Amino acid sequence: MNTQSNAAPDFFDSRRSTPATISPTRPMYWSVRRELWENRSIYVAPLAVGAVILFAFLVSVMHRSAIAALDPAGQQEMLAKPYDFAALLIMGTTFIVGIFYCLDALHGERRDRSILFWKSLPVSDLTTVLSKASIPLVVLPLITFAITVATQLTMLLLGSAVRLASGRSVTELWSQVPLFQMSLMLLYHLVTVHALWYAPIFGWLLLVSGWARRATFLWAALPLFAIGIIEKVAFHTSHFAALLGYRMSGPEAYPLAERGGDPMYSMATLDLGRFLSTPGLWLGLLFAALCLAAAVRLRRYREPI
Amino acid sequence: MTVIEARGLRKAFGTTIALDGVDLRVEEGRILGLIGPNGAGKTTALNAILGLTQYQGELKVLGRNPWIERDQLMRDVCFIADVAVLPRWVRVSQALDYVAGVHPRFDRAKAEGFLAKTTIRHASKVRELSKGMVAQLHLALVMAIDAKLLVLDEPTLGLDILYRKQFYDSLLNDYYDRNRTIVVTTHQVEDVQHVLTDLMFINRGRIVLNCNMEEFESRYVEVMVNPEHVAAARALRPMHERQVLGRSILLFDRADRQQLATLGDVRTPSIADLFVAVMGNQAGTAQGVAQ
Repeated sequence: MNTQSNAAPDFFDSRRSTPATISPTRPMYWSVRRELWENRSIYVAPLAVGAVILFAFLVSVMHRSAIAALDPAGQQEMLAKPYDFAALLIMGTTFIVGIFYCLDALHGERRDRSILFWKSLPVSDLTTVLSKASIPLVVLPLITFAITVATQLTMLLLGSAVRLASGRSVTELWSQVPLFQMSLMLLYHLVTVHALWYAPIFGWLLLVSGWARRATFLWAALPLFAIGIIEKVAFHTSHFAALLGYRMSGPEAYPLAERGGDPMYSMATLDLGRFLSTPGLWLGLLFAALCLAAAVRLRRYREPI
Repeated sequence: MTVIEARGLRKAFGTTIALDGVDLRVEEGRILGLIGPNGAGKTTALNAILGLTQYQGELKVLGRNPWIERDQLMRDVCFIADVAVLPRWVRVSQALDYVAGVHPRFDRAKAEGFLAKTTIRHASKVRELSKGMVAQLHLALVMAIDAKLLVLDEPTLGLDILYRKQFYDSLLNDYYDRNRTIVVTTHQVEDVQHVLTDLMFINRGRIVLNCNMEEFESRYVEVMVNPEHVAAARALRPMHERQVLGRSILLFDRADRQQLATLGDVRTPSIADLFVAVMGNQAGTAQGVAQ
């Protein structure tokens, strides 16, 4: 910001007079990137968990390779289990990241007054809210998938390397750990449960973060408790609590839980038709859409706090 | 072309009336200073113009309704709402990327040119910059946008005099031309005295003075009256009188300059002096003008 006035004429000459236009998807793309710049935990947290899992796995296989072989059935379970466990841990991490992300998404920009900067740019409230909703609904499931598959692949390679080093065959390991089918199952689970089934949870959290002036977590949780308690006291029933439990535990077609000890990671255990015909799915999506619509409307009225 | 046109603009927060029927008309190519004490309604007026707050009454900015069409309006309108609204986590390079990504009229090369004249590095985060550097960065972003209207709400609050001077110099030399319109509010009135083309005082949600700067210079006269002429000067009905170092300084509206020259030293008042005079006459709400 120097005050050399001789620089001014070039700037005026270079002014464009044509009405510039911009593709409608570009503000969306840059808004999502903006979220990733601000919230690096979206990918740092699952990466860190993946690294910890790999380290623990490496220690465990080195340790275990020295021990005498278990009975065949036990060994089979031992072989596949760490892979499921890795997937569960990474999914749990990104779910928690998603919850905290949503609670802060429309609150943080008001708290640090940066909403005044974002609103000074030609980005609509709809684009802003949708870009924030896309983090838990699209970006986090994709990141979870990529990091889980990468972690499991690395685990498989590490396990194979250790086996080869101790002169054992890897065919048994590779036949017990069908990585491709596991990945398909994981993707199915992420899309159906984490994106679609949990959508109303994230929608509700986004709405609260856009509405509450402080303590977003309490505002998100306490009304739900209150409804449950009022129902219990007034009617001696617990339908609302059951509803919340149903939402958290997932639809009936819960692939990872259902699989249990079944050695076959088959797509046949999945029932997409049943999932899509669950009324809870559509009611949940409707609730999520209403929450997001309200959040869009609310953001127009919102000022720094 | 009329850039801003407001008629009967009203806004109340509960029982507090922030805007009480404001009529406003700003033509293209003007630099309007909106001056008022704290709580006078300046920021509310600007927020209404920028589509940040709801209002009653009629308001058109560049022919659009700002409350309904904020995102389209922001293609042609830019604003700096405060000195500290750039998010603290953002890197300078990211801020450039983002604005270039979403704003169709942003000229990145121009913004880089402005930044090259500062000591701001592209890899720095906003949290690492001083307050003055954040203001420079924000101004660089805003000046690189080919907007028709620029709104500045206390853009230099808390900055030292060097940054403030640079800020307005850049604005005038590198940004302003006859096709652009600037609306600025500030308490540092003396900084903008020679920047403005139009002046507006606002108090308690009402416009109490509205004139352009040529008018200002011809209408208002300040006289440092020689002690023996004080009674004669007072008889000419000054709008305000103050004492400096034992001498009376009287401020006149539309008075005969030649007649006043016989009573003492005549000069054009500063905006701050006129502000104090106008607000003082408005039943003791003269706080709010710095220095």
